Parts: sequence; structure tokens; C-alpha cells
Amino acid sequence: MLIPHPLLGLRDAQEFTYLGDASLMARPDPDQPDAEAAFADYVFLRDNPAGVHRELWFHEQGDRSWLVVTRNTVTHEILGAELATDVARRGA
Amino acid sequence: MTRIQGGLIDRNRPLSFRFDGRSYSGFEGDTLASALLANGVRLVGRSFKYHRPRGIFSAGSEEPNALVELREGARREPNTRATVVELYDGLVADSQNRIGSLEHDLLSVNDLFAPFFAAGFYYKTFMWPRAFWEKLYEPAIRRAAGLGSLSMLADPDAYDRGFQHPDLLVIGGGAAGLMAALTTGRAGASVLLADEDCRLGGRLLAEGGVIDDTPAADWVAGVVAELENLPNVRILTRTTVFGAYDHGVYGAVERVSDHLPEPGRKVRQTLWRISARHAILATGATERHIPFGDNDRPGIMLAGAMRAYVNRWAVTPQARAEDPVAIFTNNDDGHRTALALAARGVPLAGVIDTRSGVSSLGEYRTFAGATVTGTKGRKGLSAIELRHGGTSEWLNCGALGVSGGWNPNVHLASHHRGRPLWSDEKLAFVPDDNGPQGLLVAGAARGEGSTAEALADGARVALTALEALGISGTAPAIPVASEEPSAIEAFWHVPAKGRAWVDFQNDVTVKDIKLAHQENMRPVEHLKRWTTLGMATDQGKTANVTALAVMAELTGKTIPETGTTIFRPPYTPVSMGVLGGGDTGQRFRPRRLTPTHPWAEAQGAVFVEVGPWMRAQYFPRAGETHWRQTVDREARAVRASVGVCDVTTLGKIDVQGPDAGEFLNRIYANLMGTLKPGKVRYGLMLREDGIAYDDGTCACLAEGHYVVTTTTANAGLVYQRMEFARQCLWPELDVTLISTTDAWAQIAVAGPKSRELLSRIVDGFDMSNDAFPFMGCAELTVCGGLRARLFRISFSGELAYEIAVPARYGNALMERLMDTGKDLDVTAYGTEALGVLRIEKGHATANEINGQTTATMLGMDRMVSRKKDSIGAIMSRREGLSGDARRLVGFVPVDAGEPVVAGSHLVAPGDPVDMAHDQGWITSACYSPHVGSSIGLGYLVNGDSRLGQEFIAANPLEGQSVRVKAVSAHFVDPEGERLRD
Repeated sequence: MLIPHPLLGLRDAQEFTYLGDASLMARPDPDQPDAEAAFADYVFLRDNPAGVHRELWFHEQGDRSWLVVTRNTVTHEILGAELATDVARRGA
Repeated sequence: MTRIQGGLIDRNRPLSFRFDGRSYSGFEGDTLASALLANGVRLVGRSFKYHRPRGIFSAGSEEPNALVELREGARREPNTRATVVELYDGLVADSQNRIGSLEHDLLSVNDLFAPFFAAGFYYKTFMWPRAFWEKLYEPAIRRAAGLGSLSMLADPDAYDRGFQHPDLLVIGGGAAGLMAALTTGRAGASVLLADEDCRLGGRLLAEGGVIDDTPAADWVAGVVAELENLPNVRILTRTTVFGAYDHGVYGAVERVSDHLPEPGRKVRQTLWRISARHAILATGATERHIPFGDNDRPGIMLAGAMRAYVNRWAVTPQARAEDPVAIFTNNDDGHRTALALAARGVPLAGVIDTRSGVSSLGEYRTFAGATVTGTKGRKGLSAIELRHGGTSEWLNCGALGVSGGWNPNVHLASHHRGRPLWSDEKLAFVPDDNGPQGLLVAGAARGEGSTAEALADGARVALTALEALGISGTAPAIPVASEEPSAIEAFWHVPAKGRAWVDFQNDVTVKDIKLAHQENMRPVEHLKRWTTLGMATDQGKTANVTALAVMAELTGKTIPETGTTIFRPPYTPVSMGVLGGGDTGQRFRPRRLTPTHPWAEAQGAVFVEVGPWMRAQYFPRAGETHWRQTVDREARAVRASVGVCDVTTLGKIDVQGPDAGEFLNRIYANLMGTLKPGKVRYGLMLREDGIAYDDGTCACLAEGHYVVTTTTANAGLVYQRMEFARQCLWPELDVTLISTTDAWAQIAVAGPKSRELLSRIVDGFDMSNDAFPFMGCAELTVCGGLRARLFRISFSGELAYEIAVPARYGNALMERLMDTGKDLDVTAYGTEALGVLRIEKGHATANEINGQTTATMLGMDRMVSRKKDSIGAIMSRREGLSGDARRLVGFVPVDAGEPVVAGSHLVAPGDPVDMAHDQGWITSACYSPHVGSSIGLGYLVNGDSRLGQEFIAANPLEGQSVRVKAVSAHFVDPEGERLRD
């Protein structure tokens, strides 16, 4: 697999380590009254879509940036990749 | 001898070789198969299940029968297809799957019991008694049924890997592939042309036709010469593209030196990882056969293979030149073989054609509307029975060519699970356009199989590829090839009373398919697994489609409704060695050496693998005969005077920025942001699910500059996690991270005389307790100007420091410390003594923080600050974790002579040893020279209120049961006075 790194261009997937669903970026607010339930969902529950999936990849053998990669889990087609920092700053 | 004139062999270079101990000769350009045929050897192997005599069936990588053990000693390679082994001088090969000689295989008795060995036999028969399976049935079956055997010696050869990034990958160098490479190469695209054969040309070499009025082999040579002169074209022969992967990545194996007696200084094979923008699949087609009764005798082979042997290797297929050859076909291609044989003077017994009303294309007899119904010849074909017009007759012949049509080699086009489409017109599966993105198919691989079609199709598809690449190209002149008749009529198998083999390699017959149908194993995937059809080294290349057709006939469905099994890489067998790509032995995983490794080696240290690191485990001295003596001495020396130990492997993460303190507050469970410059604090990290994750120290070197240390094992993971927090969770924090584990050599200096030792090397730094107290840190210089960091932290419980210098000075610093501290009896200690010291002090490591334990269990629940949020804080408070009653305590044996064994489980005396009565477990244990007995740490239910109580530490695995007493986890200096002194 090849991942289009926003800064470094096409990179082989072997350079990356995979974490999983990009929803891990949406850490719940610890000050909310239902924080424990929200954290339980956040830690343990993931969607497992057959199709388009936004997921986190770490460029460990590279520039050590975290990327949000949009991948079709059925075809393995990669639809895009963004720096996770940019995604997080946007609040998406 | 059946060698004839002509062919693409070099008669000036005779080669000698041995097969089953007998010497033979061949020529340069021969394969082992062609050379065996030339010597009249027809019997080359025994079949998988029935041990039937088998001969050479094909002339290529699809070979199901002619599997041999090639080479000797450590280089012996079982299951090697004789049809693709290039002959070299001194080649040694042996037949396989036999007991005794190939001629008189004792296991051929299996054939007599064939009625019992039908599909599913093993599943149904060896069910009882159950215990017999592993000890009796399976070993016996494996001995009798199988292929070649391994040498059981280490592979002596080297392998390599390489990467290619062409615009266009052309897979296959036959008529279509050559035209595709030529068209795209001339247009300036970077082209990689790969072919599994040792020379380009594909079937053109086997057909011996004429292209543009020149012999096909000469035309090929001209094209290859032009391609070799194009700097943008690279040709890899002896290279099989074995799989299509995601995003235009293809795997290929180049057999660099398999055609040589030994690789010498070369690698044996190279694994190529090819990233191609586009690819053209021009892999040609594989002929299929027509099953009939007793169709597996040596001498029966694919008709197209006969053509290849005659034209390319100048070998006729029968054992004696005077024996006539017959052809059995349902199509015109079979007649072409007859013509090719007749042209080379091979006597023909006739062509048996299933089609009625067909006539000969040349001077030979044709039996129209006829079938072959039986054969004779124990170790090689001597006669065939044919049936036509309601009568049967026997025809003497020494070889029979069978042609049932051609199956396009669609494999790679289907590696992404795309299923090929059935063409009623071509009677073959052809690729759908749902193949891997960027892959185009050309020539016979998509059913455009005649030479003229393949040449034109290769050029046409090449232009499509160029357009997709955005490169302008011009259509080449299409070379003129002679007309090739290709009419075909569906005919799948001749009904037989006896066995009619479909898959030779797995001994699957038409009857087995019928049985599968009876047993309701009708879907193709079930058919495959129930009968083993299409498995093993050839993956059913000559069998699958025929088997589907038979199943379709039985079910009354059409062939496309019956469908194909899934095509998966590799296309042909790939050695495990080359998949490693040279990463074997020491290169399998790089070894990390600590900065003081050379010094430790010189001391005769015993090393231990800690993840990828090699760490000094202990430093034996003359006269010490047991490791315990050494470790006890080292541990005692630390408590009595001073010891030194390389602790570089602990992870170091440099954290800088205005928001570094806030960032660390969120990473650590305890407060870290309040840490002042010059101070160190112990820190505990949790996982987001609330489980304890890692611990270490955090040093504040200056305002906004911290050094986080991690355990050795988690160094990379903690760094990754901190980058995740920084980039994905809190990008608003102004903080940067970098791992400096390898940048700094760090040495622990521990023991009551550590201050004195260090004060001898620091450059005017005040080491007094007031100026540099416990949990202090400083940047300073040592040894006359060497940049260093000093931390007053202790893992052993003694007065202790850790000193860090740039990594390249680590070895010199260690030597200096040892040299300077001679009079203090400075002692090097390894990881073993390090472990003893920390267990004596009751410090947790990975044994205690093992991914199942919590801050509460560690007795650190109050460290999880409620004044701030941090990773894992919320989840650590859930009932299941915060309510855990187990606590970390120490253990000593009641009888001081008994051992404490890590992993033992604790039960109250008198209770049964089972999980219902489990009270906890021992996490770490060692012999403590300080206490004078074994000691241990462990988790005990309500441990902190049960000190002094006795338990049974049970180790049922080794039948051990030791009475232990719960004590404080701090065996040494529980008040912590020594480290503050």
C-alpha cells in the first residue's frame, strides 16, 4: 500500500504503524457529568465500516507525524491523507 | 535418445547431469525435463496419493507431475519442477515420494487400495480411536503421501531485495509482452519487462513459426536487442511476478543464480517490490487436458508441450524415435502439434478428434468424432484405446499429446478477488475489467491467443497504457505472423469405468468430483478443499477449469454459474528464503548495542537480549563458577561501596516548549507541571482505559525543558503515544518532542560511595547533599569539559546517581569511572544484579506493570491526581479498577532454604489450589544476598493488611509448593534514609 503523505508525497505503508479509527482524536470532555460513560465509549467502541474509513497512521520510520488517512476498507483505495494536527486544529 | 535437429539449444556446450544416480547428458539451453526426454527417460516421479508412475506433463511452470529434489546437501530443494530447471553441468536431481527405487516404489501398493482412497477417505476413516491420530495415523499417512523432503539443514545461500518504480510493468515477454514493451519503450516510458523464463519470447520460442518472414526466434532476438538499447527499458528474465498487491505494487522473484551450480558470490534470488503506475499482464495461456481412463501414464502430455519440446529443445516426446505419437484433441491446436511433429519427422499414429466431421490439416490420419478411452503401459505409454463410430480399437503409440483448449493465465488480474468471466466463444475464463487498478491485460492472457492476435493486442494495449500515463506514443507496424487455425468445440472429459485423472498432482479423478457432488460438496470452494483439487505446488493450473466443467455437468449448471475458486498469490511457488529478502539470522532483526558494549565485552560480560538491545547481564570474575556467585557479589558491592551499570536502554524523551509542563500534566497521572528546574520526579503513566502503563522519572532541566524517561521495553511506544497526544489530542499546546535514547549514554552509579566516586570526575560541581539533594538534576561538565547531565535518582535504594554523557563518550566514561574508583572497590553490575537490587527495594518494573494492573494495586492510587485531567484518569476511577483489593507486597519463604518462584499463585494454607481460592500471584523473585534468602514481590488480595500472614505459593506446573510469608515490599531501608543521605 502507498500512502500519500501531505508533506512527503507517496510513501510505502511499511514506513507507518497503524492505530485505527480516527475517532480516537475526539477525546471526551473529562469535566462533563457523563464523562465516565463517554470515555468507555471512546476507549472500547469503534465503528467497523465496510467502505470509507478515516484512520490514524503514524509515520514512525519517517517524519513521525500522525496522519488521518481516508481509506476504503473494501477496495483499499486511499482517498486522501491529512496531517492529524491540521484535522485536530480544525476540530474535525 | 530422441534428440532431433534444430532447436534453441547450444550443441557446442554439452552438459552432464545425474538423475536418480544415473548419468545423462544434455546441452546448454535444455531444461531438466527436456534433457530427461532426450535421454528417453519418461518415468520421473510417483504420484501424491496412489504412487502411480508419472512422467513429464508440460513444458512450463504449470507442471503437476515432474517434481524432483534438486541439488544435494543443504541446497537440496524438494518439489522442484523439472520443466523449469535450467540444466547446468553437474546437476543432480532425484525423484521423490517413493520407498525404494522409482521403478519399484514399495508404496505403489497404495494404488491397489485405490477404491478406499477416494476423496474424503482420511476424514472419514481415521476418526477413531482419537488418540491414534497424532501418534499413529498422521505420521504414517504423511510418510506415504507427500512430496519431497527437506534437507533439514540451514539454507547456505544469500538473498536480496530490491525496489523498482517503473511507469509501466510488463508481465510476460511473449508476443504480446514484447510488442507492449517495444511500443511503450519507444515512447520513452520507463518500462520494466519481467518474464519467468531464462529467455524472452514466451510461446514464440515453442511455436517455431515465422514472423515478418524471419524465424520467430530471430524476430524475438531483434526486438530484445532494440529493447536492450533503450535506456528507459529494463529487462528482468528468470523473474516471476507472483502477486498483485494494493496501489500498483507487484511482488516478483528473480532467480539470479538458480541456473548455476552454486551462486558463488551472487545472491541466489532477489525479491523485487515493484511500484508501477500501470501494468500490462501478458502472461499467455496454459493448455488444459481432457480426462479419460488411465490418462496419467508417462508419455501422456499436453499437446502444446510436445510442440515446445520439438521446436525449442529439439526433443521428441516418446522414449524411442521410432515409436509413433498420437494426439487427442477437441480443437485445431491439437492438429497444429501433429503438423509440428510431422514436420520434424516424428511418426504419427494419428489425431483423435472429438469433433465429428473434421479432417486432417496435413499428412496424418484423423479419427473424427472419436475419443480415447483407455491406455496401456506400466511405466510408460505403449498403446491407447480409441472409440469411434461405436467401435473400439487399440493403437500402439509411445506418446500421446492431449489438447483440451487453452486457459488464459488470468491469475494476477484476479488477485484482488475479481472473478474472471466465462466466454462461450473462447470456451475459457477471460479477465473481467474489475482487476487491480492500472492493470491491463493483453494477448493470450485475455484470450487473444494466436500469434497474430497477440502481437496486435500487445501494441494496442500498450497505446492505452501510454494514454493513461500521459505519454504520447505511436502505433508500431504490426509484424505479420502466419495464420493459426483455432476452432474448438466443448469437450470436457471422456466417461470412463476406471479412473480418469483431472488433477495429477493431487491424484484427483473425475470420480472424486462425482463423489464430492454426491456428498454435497458442490460449491467450488468446497470441491477444492474436500478433494484437494487445485492445491499444492501447481495450484491446479492444468486442472481447475476442467474440474469446474465436470462439476457443472454433474450439477446441471453452466460453467460460469459454477464459478472459480479465488486466485491468490503467489502465481508459482516462492521460497521462504527470498521472502525474507536477506533479512535472516543476525539481519532478521538489528541488534542494538549499548555505548559501553565494547568495554563490557572486554570485561567478559555475559549478555542478555532485552528487546533488540544486548545488555550486560553479569560480569563473572575468575573463580566464580555459578552466575549466582557473580550476581550476589555485584549486588553486595552496590550496598557496601559503589557499583556502575549501563542504563542507556531506558527511553529518553526530550520535551520542550512553553506548554511542556501542561503537556506533561496530561501525560502523567501525577502532577508534573509543578516540577521546578533542577528537580526530578517519579511519574506514572496510565493507558486511557485506566490500567497502569509505564513509569519512570521526569527531570526538569530548565524552565520549559524536561527529560522523560521510560522503561526499556516501552521507549518507542511511549514516544509514539506522546506524539499522538501532542498532534491528535492537544495541538494547541506549544510543545515539541524528540527521542534522545540513542543520543545520551547513561550510567547508574549506585552505593554509599557513589558520591565520592562521582566527585572525582565532575568539573567543580558541588556534590554535597545540601547543594545537590535526592531527586536533584543538573547540567554540568565532567572529566575536564565533557557535557553531562547528572540525576540523583535511585533504583537500588542506595545513595545513587545516573550520569549521562553524549553517547560516543559512554564507553570512555565507563572506563574512567572504573579506573578512578579502583580504591573504592567500584564494581560493574549487570541487569541481573539490577533486578535483585530493585526487588529488594520493592520497585515495580514490567513484571508488576504488565498491562493488567492498576495504580491502586501498585499502592499508587493517590498519585492519580484529581486536580487535573490526564490520560487514563477518568477510567482509572471506574469501580472495576479502583475497587481492586490486590496490593503489591513482599514475600519471604518460611523456610529460608526454599525458593520463591515468580508466577506462583497464592492460596491460604489448607485451601485447595484453584482459581476460586486464588489470593494473588508472585510477580518477581530472586535470591537476595541482603536478606539471605529468596524473596519475591507479588499482588495479594488485601495485601497491605495481611503482612505477616502465611500463604502457599503454588507452582503446579512444576509441582512446587512453598510456604511464604507476606512482608513489606521494601526489604531494604524502608524509610528511605540511605538515598537521602
